Amino acid sequence: MLSLVTRAAGVWVRLRRACSAAALLCPQPWMEKCPADHVVFSSPYSSHKKEKLDTSIFPVENIRNFSIIAHVDHGKSTLADRLLEITGTIAKTDQNKQVLDKLQVERERGITVKAQTASLFYSYEGMNYLLNLIDTPGHVDFSYEVSRSLSACQGVILVVDANEGIQAQTMANFYLAFEAQLAIIPVINKIDLKNADPERVEKQIEKLFDISKDECIRISAKLGTNVEKVLQEVIEKVPAPSVNISDPLKALVFDSTFDHYRGVIANIALFGGEVQKGHKIVSAHTRKTYEVNEVGILTPNEQPTHKLYAGQVGYLIAGMKEVTEAQIGDTLYLHKQPVEPLPGFKSAKPMVFAGMYPVDQSEYNNLKSAIEKLTLNDSSVTIHRDSSLALGAGWRLGFLGLLHLEVFNQRLEQEYNASVILTAPTVPYKAVLSSAKLIKEHGKEEITVINPAEFPDKSSVSEYLEPTVLGTIITPDEYIGKIVTLCQTRRAVQKDMVYIDEHRVMLKYIFPLNEIVVDFYDALKSLSSGYASFDYEDAGYQAADLVKMDILLNGNSVEELGTVVHKDKAYAVGKAMCERLKDALPRQLFEIAIQAALGSKVIARETVKAYRKNVVAKCYGGDITRKMKLLKRQAEGKKKMRKIGNVEVPKDAFISVLKRESEK
Amino acid sequence: MAAPGWRHPRARLAAALRRLRAARQHRALQPPRAEPVQAALYVHWPYCQKRCSYCNFNKYIPRGLDEESVRSCLSREAQTLIRLSQVQRISSVFFGGGTPSLASPLTIAAVLETVSRCAHLAADAEVTLEANPTSASASRLAGFRASGVNRLSIGIQSLDDAELRLLGRDHTADEALGTLEEAKKLFPGRTSVDLIFGLPGQSVSSWARGLEELLQLCDDHVSLYQLTLERGTSLFKQVQRGSLPVPKQEVVAEMYESAREMLRVAGFRQYEVSNFARNGALSTHNLSYWQGSQYIGVGPGAHGRFVPRAHGESLREARIQTLEPDSWMKEVLACGHGTRKWTVLSQLEVLEEVLVLGLRMDIGITHQHWLQFATSLSLWDVFGTSEEVKELEDQGLLLLDNRGLRCSWKGLAVLDSLLLTLLNQLQKSWEDRTAHQT
Repeated sequence: MLSLVTRAAGVWVRLRRACSAAALLCPQPWMEKCPADHVVFSSPYSSHKKEKLDTSIFPVENIRNFSIIAHVDHGKSTLADRLLEITGTIAKTDQNKQVLDKLQVERERGITVKAQTASLFYSYEGMNYLLNLIDTPGHVDFSYEVSRSLSACQGVILVVDANEGIQAQTMANFYLAFEAQLAIIPVINKIDLKNADPERVEKQIEKLFDISKDECIRISAKLGTNVEKVLQEVIEKVPAPSVNISDPLKALVFDSTFDHYRGVIANIALFGGEVQKGHKIVSAHTRKTYEVNEVGILTPNEQPTHKLYAGQVGYLIAGMKEVTEAQIGDTLYLHKQPVEPLPGFKSAKPMVFAGMYPVDQSEYNNLKSAIEKLTLNDSSVTIHRDSSLALGAGWRLGFLGLLHLEVFNQRLEQEYNASVILTAPTVPYKAVLSSAKLIKEHGKEEITVINPAEFPDKSSVSEYLEPTVLGTIITPDEYIGKIVTLCQTRRAVQKDMVYIDEHRVMLKYIFPLNEIVVDFYDALKSLSSGYASFDYEDAGYQAADLVKMDILLNGNSVEELGTVVHKDKAYAVGKAMCERLKDALPRQLFEIAIQAALGSKVIARETVKAYRKNVVAKCYGGDITRKMKLLKRQAEGKKKMRKIGNVEVPKDAFISVLKRESEK
Repeated sequence: MAAPGWRHPRARLAAALRRLRAARQHRALQPPRAEPVQAALYVHWPYCQKRCSYCNFNKYIPRGLDEESVRSCLSREAQTLIRLSQVQRISSVFFGGGTPSLASPLTIAAVLETVSRCAHLAADAEVTLEANPTSASASRLAGFRASGVNRLSIGIQSLDDAELRLLGRDHTADEALGTLEEAKKLFPGRTSVDLIFGLPGQSVSSWARGLEELLQLCDDHVSLYQLTLERGTSLFKQVQRGSLPVPKQEVVAEMYESAREMLRVAGFRQYEVSNFARNGALSTHNLSYWQGSQYIGVGPGAHGRFVPRAHGESLREARIQTLEPDSWMKEVLACGHGTRKWTVLSQLEVLEEVLVLGLRMDIGITHQHWLQFATSLSLWDVFGTSEEVKELEDQGLLLLDNRGLRCSWKGLAVLDSLLLTLLNQLQKSWEDRTAHQT
């Protein structure tokens, strides 16, 4: 009973918020211009004073679904803020900065992690339009989400910085939109900047995208210059969705969030039919049936409506308990009226794995609950419990990419105040087994290896495979030499090299994924003074000469430090690990040999010399108390150390070897 | 209110509870043998003329020092605490600092006289004074001798003037040697010298040269201290900033090693980690610390370890006097002593100190010595079956035999590492034993 009351109270709070969003809508231009009988609000709920919007006033031909795509920091979110202001969706104030980026990490990094959607009402040449701005995550790690978001659209605004020009992500995003056959509105932003060179950018656009420079709109999203023109172009150039309300319901799930009181809120785009409260719907992926509790549009807060109609974009709440029930890319249809699912659905596939451990084991449960809460909104993170003799109980988490990993970690710290040890990222290798026994054991010939401890021996394997990516680098040409050298050291193979204007070059390389997961991006940025941009996409697996490397302390293998490396890199990696361990291991009463070995072959060695003197010089009456305190603290620490043979290894030493380099 | 051992009532309650807890714990074992009715006495003179760059001791540069008041407070506190301890005999007195050679011989005489009134102070009991070369002219030294001082410890620190400047000392090497010359005449066979090694810029050979020079001139006692960079000192800051290079660990180990060897050849016995003596000139006062004996600390910031028998206690307490001289004096005037903090030591804590301090000596801890503190838990009981202790023995660092437990020559230099294993083993045995008995 009590919980019911709490739930109801929670819902009420949410509704109040929705209400205030509705209040904001009232004095908007579209309402003033609309004939009164066209705007139909349902009678308010007597108890909650909630108004429901009737979206049937917008025929399909007056609907535009579009996205803004851009490289990081080219001004996507600022443009979205202006669009929201112009259409009266939000009040115009100086505080509107990245309105759609709600997370602290998004605002800090200037990226969009969790896409937000907003319905805008706009009047143009005597007609009222419903413009659905479908925000997309701004990084390639989320390219699957981007492609799903785009599949709900008919057009995109492609934003390019007038100063920086086309960057690696601009390319990736353009191709996603191009392949989806969307209308593309090129926009050159930041023309107010001193170094802006819109003409050069127009030339790049012409050369790379084959779009006439006359089509480009020069704007300053910051100052609002020409932003209205962008909206008009959306109406003119983006086609209305080609759908039919009389068709059976066909809705694409392009995003989902989790709400503690209402469960999963799925963002959907309707490709046919209509949906309303009380409808029974089915997930094409899980085949589960749900009853719809609420539908509405996002302004950008949830605004309930009577129905959602074909061509519209909005949200749906239907008693789904976990985000995995509303997976991105899934199709929803009405019970007993199955439809052909929309193409392109796939489950998220983690590409980068890292161990995550609480700094203090007593924090395990808190961290566990923080991870659970975060993954409620992010079904693309995979979680496996893991434990390490050195670091205790923890998890091995799988992420879509590096940024995804960093963002997850940062959100844990910022939103849940959790401090974690994050181990260096690894990638999923594969092994094609040759041993009949092993094949029988695994039930298949090709296995995926995430944990180095499970890496099968070469004798029972016909081939090892590693994941690769196609990387795109765009750089001023003066850095080409250094970048080519960097790529070569990362075992990359050049696929393409083209000048996009007189001074900028686009390079394409196939990289083994593990060569870019640790510090490639930082290296690229530093050797190009920050000018080179990088983006990558999955490029499948390739055969690789992989070996398992062990780290030995006085001849005893340290299980948690075993790694899988490419044979050509074994020496460099082994040497680096031995050096880091040498710096982190305290001297002991005997010499410690730190070795990196491939099988029985030692490839690198460092030595920690024995203590020759370790006794405090002065110990008289006044020194004893302090001395005892120190010794007893050290003796307590000694009890907690992990013993490898007779070598005592403090937890800090493991951390400094295992953790990501950038955290040093 | 000013009666000896006055305590704030709430502090009394807390102390009583601590004692109760400690007493419960030690009932598990046979009670320790009664503490001998004697103690060493440490007297702290907190003033210096100048701050040395490496020193973090409790010292003050006085302005308008009222020595008479300090003198009477030192005497008053000595009297209060000796009475509180109910010791009948003071085995030795040590005037440390600060720079006690800046005090007037009258002050020394007054304290010693008070001690003699409160307890037996044998005529030949060791009375040491720490002396700074600049404040120890021949006439002052004679004055101290007349007051009852019979052993002198001179802070020479280095025979290199550049190093002395770096340390912030206000004397030259020549002045120090002059003082040494005078002291040897006045306190023959009972003059000690201090030297510091591991100084910024020092090499093994420059260190060895300095020591060699000193060995030609010194008396029968030498103390060698590795420079410890203490937080808050100016030397620490300079090293942190990177403006002063300190010798590497290996180099310092080498300095220590070569010094030990040179002193051995010169006929000195290394009777403790940092202390060397020949002709039997060991410091009995300092030995009593390492042997775990009782000691009473008098003066600002002085530490003590004794049983306050006048309160009817049987457990030893760790006691610290108020640090700041003016506050300390106020407290002494108000209640006879300036004890700021006292902590009852459990029997295990006493044993831990006995272990940590005893192994600093070349003779280590004899079975007899240990049994004074642990009547029913022998060294064999504690360490005889431990695998880890055995490992240390096998590495040639430690010995446990019919004489007792002690470090080897090599082991003494790494004692702090050995102690971690030994302390954990002691704690484990103690817990097993206590659990077994209850």
